[in-house]
Amino acid sequence: MAGFNFKLIKNPLSKENPITVQVLGICSALAVTAKLQPAFVMALSVTVVVALSNVIISLLRNTIPPRIRIIVQLVVVSLLVILVDQVLKAFVYDVSKQLSVFVGLIITNCIVMGRLEAFAMSNKPLDSFLDGIGNGLGYAIILITLGVVRELFGSGSLWGYQIIPDSFYEMGYQNNSLMIMPPMALILVGIIIWVHRARNKDLCEK
Amino acid sequence: MQEIINIFVKSIFIDNMIFAFFLGMCSYLAVSKTVKTSMGLGIAVVFVLLITVPLNYIIDNYLLKEGALAWISPKFATIDLSYLSFIIFIAVIAAMVQLVEMFVEKTSPVLYAQLGIFLPLIAVNCAILGASLFMQERQYNNLGEVTGFALGSGIGWLLAIVGIAAIREKLRYSQIPAPLKGLGITFIITGLMAIAFMSFLGIKL
Repeated sequence: MAGFNFKLIKNPLSKENPITVQVLGICSALAVTAKLQPAFVMALSVTVVVALSNVIISLLRNTIPPRIRIIVQLVVVSLLVILVDQVLKAFVYDVSKQLSVFVGLIITNCIVMGRLEAFAMSNKPLDSFLDGIGNGLGYAIILITLGVVRELFGSGSLWGYQIIPDSFYEMGYQNNSLMIMPPMALILVGIIIWVHRARNKDLCEK
Repeated sequence: MQEIINIFVKSIFIDNMIFAFFLGMCSYLAVSKTVKTSMGLGIAVVFVLLITVPLNYIIDNYLLKEGALAWISPKFATIDLSYLSFIIFIAVIAAMVQLVEMFVEKTSPVLYAQLGIFLPLIAVNCAILGASLFMQERQYNNLGEVTGFALGSGIGWLLAIVGIAAIREKLRYSQIPAPLKGLGITFIITGLMAIAFMSFLGIKL
């Protein structure tokens, strides 16, 4: 396919990662990652919403009056989020209960609004779609890393299955319950940013 | 009355918007460079929360909830419109923010000069929509409790952002490893502040 721009997918994974570099969409990234499964579902939902809303806004970009563009964007995004919410409630009800208000908060997730403003308003639908997928995946990487670390050390399991064997617990191993508390999410993101910037010197702030 | 005060205190310290639910992190990180601007944003958030959350509560109770339309005619008692709540809430918030901005501009130019730039930002602040969604999920009993909740979460958010801004002003003079500067250290300090706020968890109200 002509003009299929792989850079749009590749860049947000590391160099322009939405969470660690663009600082978008932190709220949900921290709140849903105490377990791997909700983190995965959340990442998938956000990817779908970003990609589709990017396409829709990109198609409409020449007809939206600039003064009311925020409202138009919010309406498009909240429509998509309602659809995602209904699908989640129908197929994975337990996870949807765990995510509680955070599905609704995808509407105000800065990744969605940020990409719409920065990319979809000035680019073609196909490019916008790829940009949405790329940013969704960049967000997913961080969410899944956080989910794995927090669930493994906090509850000794992954995806709800026990990973750390019982013999460890008999020898006196204990789960670190701080891991599933909110503060540890913040500190872990801080550490991820640290490692990421230490490997990419040009991203450091002065 | 006691119930309202309980909810108010609880939503400032125990269920703090930033430290317990990470709501409004984006503007929290972006605008917390100086105490003065963060104070302005914090006050604007309290202001908008106080208007939108009770308003959304009324809409939720008389229009959206299952059986809420019964006051029009008993025929509507089985209608459940709660799946529309996302779009209605965000529309109310966006409209109210616009109205508040126009109202403040006309009536108090001084306040407008201070809050003006922040008001449009607030429409997409997750703390505002989050508070409305929490209000819906926690099922408060009356308008008083909802107002207490809105005021409490706003003040909690204000405390958090002014606190981090004060720390960041001092941080500028300290030596931090280059990759950790700026964003990284802010996250870690917010984590430490959240641990401090965890000590309120033991309080039962």
